Amino acid sequence: MTTATAGPADGGPKSEDGRPRVGLPTRVKRSWDTHWYAWAMVLPVVLVLGVLVGYPLLRGVYLSFTDATEANIGRTIGENHIPATYKFVGVDNFWNVLSGKEGNFYPRLWWTFLWTASCVFFHYTVGLGLAVLLNRKMRFRSVYRVLLILPWAVPAFVAAFAWRLMFNTGDSGLFNIVLGKLGLGAVDWLGDPLMQKVSVVMVNVWLGVPFMMVALLGGLQSISSELYEAAEMDGASPWQRFRHVTLPGLRPVSSTVILLGTIWTFNMFPIIYLVIGPNAGADVQILATYAYQLAFQGVRDYAGAATYGVIILSMLLVFATFYRRMLNRQEATR
Amino acid sequence: MAADTTVPATAVQHSAAGQRRAVRVRRRGERGPGASAGLHLTLLAATVIALFPIVWMAFIALKPGNGWQDPLDLSGGLGLSNFDHVLTDTEFPTWFGNSVLIAGGTTVIGVLISAGAGYAISRLRFPGNRALMWTFLITQMFPGAVLIVAMYNILSTLKLIDTYGGLILAYCSSAVPFCAWMMKGYFDTIPGEIDEAGRIDGLTPFGTFWRLMMPLARPGLAVTAFYSFLTAWGEVAFASQFMQSESKYTLAVGLQSFVAEHRADWGFLMAASVLITVPAGFVFFFAQKHLVSGLTSGGTKG
Repeated sequence: MTTATAGPADGGPKSEDGRPRVGLPTRVKRSWDTHWYAWAMVLPVVLVLGVLVGYPLLRGVYLSFTDATEANIGRTIGENHIPATYKFVGVDNFWNVLSGKEGNFYPRLWWTFLWTASCVFFHYTVGLGLAVLLNRKMRFRSVYRVLLILPWAVPAFVAAFAWRLMFNTGDSGLFNIVLGKLGLGAVDWLGDPLMQKVSVVMVNVWLGVPFMMVALLGGLQSISSELYEAAEMDGASPWQRFRHVTLPGLRPVSSTVILLGTIWTFNMFPIIYLVIGPNAGADVQILATYAYQLAFQGVRDYAGAATYGVIILSMLLVFATFYRRMLNRQEATR
Repeated sequence: MAADTTVPATAVQHSAAGQRRAVRVRRRGERGPGASAGLHLTLLAATVIALFPIVWMAFIALKPGNGWQDPLDLSGGLGLSNFDHVLTDTEFPTWFGNSVLIAGGTTVIGVLISAGAGYAISRLRFPGNRALMWTFLITQMFPGAVLIVAMYNILSTLKLIDTYGGLILAYCSSAVPFCAWMMKGYFDTIPGEIDEAGRIDGLTPFGTFWRLMMPLARPGLAVTAFYSFLTAWGEVAFASQFMQSESKYTLAVGLQSFVAEHRADWGFLMAASVLITVPAGFVFFFAQKHLVSGLTSGGTKG
């Protein structure tokens, strides 16, 4: 169904293509006549996006070209108005960050990639594994399904605290109690730089698997069982059936959940912020949490945070564009 | 695996193939006892991992006083004193109310504004259609970092820091595009013939949307609303900076104050966590099936 308001008489949905060529003013008017209500319907969203996203975005980009900090941003305290004194510094911020002079960018970037890749990898493989198991006929299937989804129902900040308690050092941390009973030494889960990373990945994997599992289970159920029957008739082994029937059948769902999962994980804030604590060193910070730390801790470095924000956004845009292109190309060659 | 629908010819062929391997013929989709045990063991292990942190949370919440400091020592008994303390002596009920108010406000605004746009993008082909869809997708990629600084400065200029309205506005920046994306996905699943029928019966495009589509889209609206509620409910970064006085905290901010630097009341914190998780968990059960389909359908057809 499209904008063809004249009804079925003029050829239905694709009437735009069949129109005779006319002059520009007429076309503009016609376009307005046909589309004004569509535009009216999207207008509120466009306005909201413009004011709440567009303006802050532009201002964020602008700030990334300045040396704004908490000290020079300009404020009103009671009666006194302190004017803003920050100034335009061109691409200095970007140069500092990207040339490695600021020193924190490349280690953070590398860890962010590792964090995103490992989390999405585990989310997807564990989720797919469980989905395949749950897609079989068996007893208690719905019980398993409901219980396995539970972590999704826990808000991320609650999960972060629950895990932090289990990671605790001293007598109260469950993991170290268990390690002690097994005769192994205690591990400084939340203090040691390497263990911090292992801990946050564990929490995030626990939290993210149910979504993947449910999404992929939905995808599995939409694959026609006739395909499996046909493959079996042709003598395909279980692995071949998985490889050539299941995986291609899951492609539309997989591509969406991997795209979403990557973006979500890349920007994941509460886990690292709450599990390790706001005063964690720079080691465990991914780009998103590091930018936040710049913006709101110590002397607030607004320009630095904005610079990181712009860099993160550009990276995600490049990723999404390539990802879409790749999918389209695959689609075309099929 | 539809074992019952196997036609006889297949069964014969299949069993012929199967007899070479096993004496007793298994039907399609049937497992041996070993495979069954393996399947159940794997799923049981996964279930234990999935449930354990939640069970542990509830267990610690039930241990009174400083019971959390030595969790395996059960001499203190179990009781509800942590819950009692959290509900009566802390600001927890206020924070709960704040969270409901802010998440609810965000949801109502998000859904109301975006439903029309979702419909227009799903059904009407107009210049700007694809660009908008693309914008919705990109907005969801925005790292908090790029918006939060500018938003903080703007809101403090407008004196909206530490107000409900300020945080709701900040949340709408992600809720509105998200809701529009979800609603578009839902409208895509409603057959276009229904619109056509409405048009033929003389409804305007607005009438079709309001009188035909909105009632039909109620499940989609509910799912969208629920999802944007959950997102706002669990948000940490904006709330931690924008809400500064204790009476304005949302739950995500308030809980952090239970484990501040010189104080760690894990028993209270876990009791509060249980109180947050239980209602969310109940609603979640009923909604979860629809949540995923809504989210992924917007993507696959975008």
